[in-house]
Amino acid sequence: MVKVNEIAGPLVLVQGVSGVAFDELVEVVLPTGEVRSGKVLEVSDDKALIQVFEGTEGLEIKNLTFRFKGKGLELPVSRDILGRIFSGLGRPLDGAPPVLPEKKLDVNGSPINPFARDYPDDFIQTGISTIDGLNTLSRGQKLPIFSGSGLPHSRIAAQIARQASVKNKDEKFAVVFGALGITYEESEFFIANFRKTGAIENSVLFINLASDPAIERIATPRLALTAAEYLAFDLEMHVLVIITDMTNYCESLREVSAARREVPGRRGYPGYLYTDMATLYERAGRIKGKNGSITLLPILTMPDDDKTHPIPDLTGYITEGQIILGRDLERKGIYPPIDPLPSLSRLRDKAIGSGRTREDHAGVANQLFAAYARGREVRELVVILGEAALSEVDKKYLHFADEFEDKFIRQSESENRTIETTLKLAWSLLKILPREELKRIKDEIIDKYADQG
Amino acid sequence: MIKKVAGPLVIAELTEAKKADLVFVGKQRLIGEVIELRGSSASIQVYEETAGLKVGDPVESTGAPLSVELGPGMIGAIFDGIQRPLDKLMLQAGAFIPRGLYVDPLSRTKKWPFVPLAAIGDEVKEGDILGTVQETALVSHKIMVPPGISGKIEKLDSGDFTIEETIAVVSGRPVAMLQKSPVRRRRRLGKKEPVSVPLVTGQRVVDTLFPIGKGGAACVPGPFGAGKTVIQHQFAKWSDADIIVYVGCGERGNEMTDVLKEFPELKDPKSGRPLMERTILIANTSNMPIAAREASVYTGAAIAEYFRDMGYHVALFADSTSRWAEALREMSGRLEEMPGEEGYPAYLGSRLADFYERAGGGRCQGKPERDGSLTIIGSVSPPGGDLSEPVVQNTLRVAKVFWGLDETLAHKRHFPAINWLLSYSLYADNLGRYFNEKVSENFSRLRQQALKLLAQEADLEEIVRLVGLESISPKEQLVLFVAKSLREDFLYQSAFDPVDQYSSLGKQHLILQTILDLYQLGEKALGLGVEIESIRKIGVMEKIARARFSTEAEILAIGPLLTDEFNNLRSGKNG
Repeated sequence: MVKVNEIAGPLVLVQGVSGVAFDELVEVVLPTGEVRSGKVLEVSDDKALIQVFEGTEGLEIKNLTFRFKGKGLELPVSRDILGRIFSGLGRPLDGAPPVLPEKKLDVNGSPINPFARDYPDDFIQTGISTIDGLNTLSRGQKLPIFSGSGLPHSRIAAQIARQASVKNKDEKFAVVFGALGITYEESEFFIANFRKTGAIENSVLFINLASDPAIERIATPRLALTAAEYLAFDLEMHVLVIITDMTNYCESLREVSAARREVPGRRGYPGYLYTDMATLYERAGRIKGKNGSITLLPILTMPDDDKTHPIPDLTGYITEGQIILGRDLERKGIYPPIDPLPSLSRLRDKAIGSGRTREDHAGVANQLFAAYARGREVRELVVILGEAALSEVDKKYLHFADEFEDKFIRQSESENRTIETTLKLAWSLLKILPREELKRIKDEIIDKYADQG
Repeated sequence: MIKKVAGPLVIAELTEAKKADLVFVGKQRLIGEVIELRGSSASIQVYEETAGLKVGDPVESTGAPLSVELGPGMIGAIFDGIQRPLDKLMLQAGAFIPRGLYVDPLSRTKKWPFVPLAAIGDEVKEGDILGTVQETALVSHKIMVPPGISGKIEKLDSGDFTIEETIAVVSGRPVAMLQKSPVRRRRRLGKKEPVSVPLVTGQRVVDTLFPIGKGGAACVPGPFGAGKTVIQHQFAKWSDADIIVYVGCGERGNEMTDVLKEFPELKDPKSGRPLMERTILIANTSNMPIAAREASVYTGAAIAEYFRDMGYHVALFADSTSRWAEALREMSGRLEEMPGEEGYPAYLGSRLADFYERAGGGRCQGKPERDGSLTIIGSVSPPGGDLSEPVVQNTLRVAKVFWGLDETLAHKRHFPAINWLLSYSLYADNLGRYFNEKVSENFSRLRQQALKLLAQEADLEEIVRLVGLESISPKEQLVLFVAKSLREDFLYQSAFDPVDQYSSLGKQHLILQTILDLYQLGEKALGLGVEIESIRKIGVMEKIARARFSTEAEILAIGPLLTDEFNNLRSGKNG
């Protein structure tokens, strides 16, 4: 006799079941006939602990029926998913009929064999100088945007989605968009953007809004990445996956963990937060012998702009760098307010240089970093000592930092700079500094390119 | 029979099992290990994803502990945390790792040329070398008498054999090249000796300022983006160990791909052979099952000790031990143990100590007499870069070298971002004697002087920040000037420049000597009334700045130029 022992938070504990598998999909049927889906978090003797994606509001201890599906959550896929909009659990939201599946894929996927991976070293030109020039994005990379409340991460992500291209290559592109607990306006902004540029034809959207069930968000990124894997490795497309906002995802995870009374890690987040996020982020990449790729651009808002908060912190340990937005730049009215110093692309050095971008790229980038860091230090000094106390060289660094922010970081939302334009701009800024200060660039490179700027 | 499934933990009714036994779980025959026994129920950590397991599914014990296979065929291979060969898994199952698939770690069909060293009639015991197999151009694989066997050699063959074929008979017992050894059991050295020879890494800040010795234990903690992995890769590439075991523990898949792609192309600076010919990789990337992460460092250590016993200098890199500790924490949480600090189990400290204590060098067991060593370098990823957290603190208690990575340096793109004020090496004195003898007699003195200048710089910077550069004395300004050169021209080292990425000890010494000569000459000149401004402007600085890319001969040539320039300054002053 199946009976419900407990309904607490998003969890339902049932007793009297047999043959239930760990991680299995369950349908919970209410007396009204409404069906909700859930998954099995734990099985023990004749008990099963079920997490209900749509939440447990309105469930009662009696009168529930459970249908165990004998398999995990699956996403039906076929070429027709392109251009479609789905809910956070994969149900059509655009009024069109369900997709006729070519096959059904387990949303948890399987880990990519590290031996089968192909190294991401194809430069993606995003048209944004601070990314292309300093923190270069590669095909197959996972590069999150660390943002804060009120910062324009959506506009930047949309600009990247619009402008991203690979040099001299004309290949099949697709965008997969996963919205996790964001507002209707933010989601509409992306959808309208994709519509306007026509990108919607080559996009798959999974939308879980702030008003949708919070636990559903745990499934949404998995659906989005499963769709991306199908497009990239079955249809061999180059897929850009944008997931926003990962902070909401982690909060849902914490909610489930708290309901299970697990020993919490830092700030109440479960101890397995790192592993859980890694199973999402690591699905990005390229595979030997396949033409497609998954480039992952997760967006997360740092609570109180704190980079050491567990969510950005653990993300940074998994992803291949991070793009960090700075409130100071935003206050100065600079778009995009990407702060180059704490931002990083770990794959940059393998993706740039002669044959990929240009031979002077690495040296120039390192020099810009070093010079801008020094300029910012000088700026702090000025606050205490006043500008008169600066040495001649320091004054030049100060001037450089101002110009760098104004010309290099600042660009308009519709400005699509080629890498050559970005490098040319860089050389023109480096001219501000005396030549002997350019220690990070080799002599012969300076001779060859300095006049370009 | 399974009673409960919660993530990677399975509790099963299992009457005939010992602790640490390897078991097959469920119809899928997933690999697991018994970690706790209570009455007739056993807690099992499962090394593969457990989705789909049901209450009532069968569990079967093998009766043997989780073991590694040791024998020819390991060099150049890439294994997962429980030594499944990832290249062969791909051939069988494609790009994604399937469940319940077991492939022999070492090839059973490949024939290896065995050359005997011992002779029929010899009395042998555990650890004695029977013969060798030239596994790669760099590694001659010594076939040793396995544990538990001793006596007279009755038969000893020569020729091509697979690892399972009998190559010798000792006291009536057949011996093959393949050995199995429990991963959690450490292999003993004959006699452990103190660390006295450096592991030369070619990284200036490491070798000169904070050296590590062969047989030592070191840790690299740092926040994300500070360059832990790049440093580990640099060590794995350029250090003068004979064998490299690299454990990618809970880290990025692409980092392993990077090693796999780059190492076959890079040449060992000593022999000119591809680096892959001395490297073994163990990969449990962050998306692979967590329980296998816990096992992966032990698998690495067991393999490393085996090569050490052959008389090799082995370096084991574990990136990152924090992920290993987190795996420990997750299992502990699922076992509902009482948590210690930050949810880590109370035994975190003893497990870490036990792991780092496997480092060491000395006389190996068995004949002929030979010395081997195992150096362990672990990286730590503290949450938020906070060094007071339990994994860092427990590691610092056992590791003798601490390379503290600094986020501020990383933001300025000063790499390696090892903070020279924070880091230390307890081997510096011991190894200083070696450097003084083998490189230059003033090596230790220069090192002291450089550290002193850098410390002075930090103090002076504080003052300058408050009152401005002009208000400190010319002598102090000279300290700042020379320290800047030390930072930018000596400590800064590019991991991506073909020349700069590896600096021989001789070259390191020459650059340091040149910069400190500059200090000496500068001090003297200031005493004679030369302006600090004119010292700042000397033309030879440009040559010093390029020394990183220069040959030793070119750096040697800077010395006289420097003296000339200072003579000119002085005579300019006088005349």
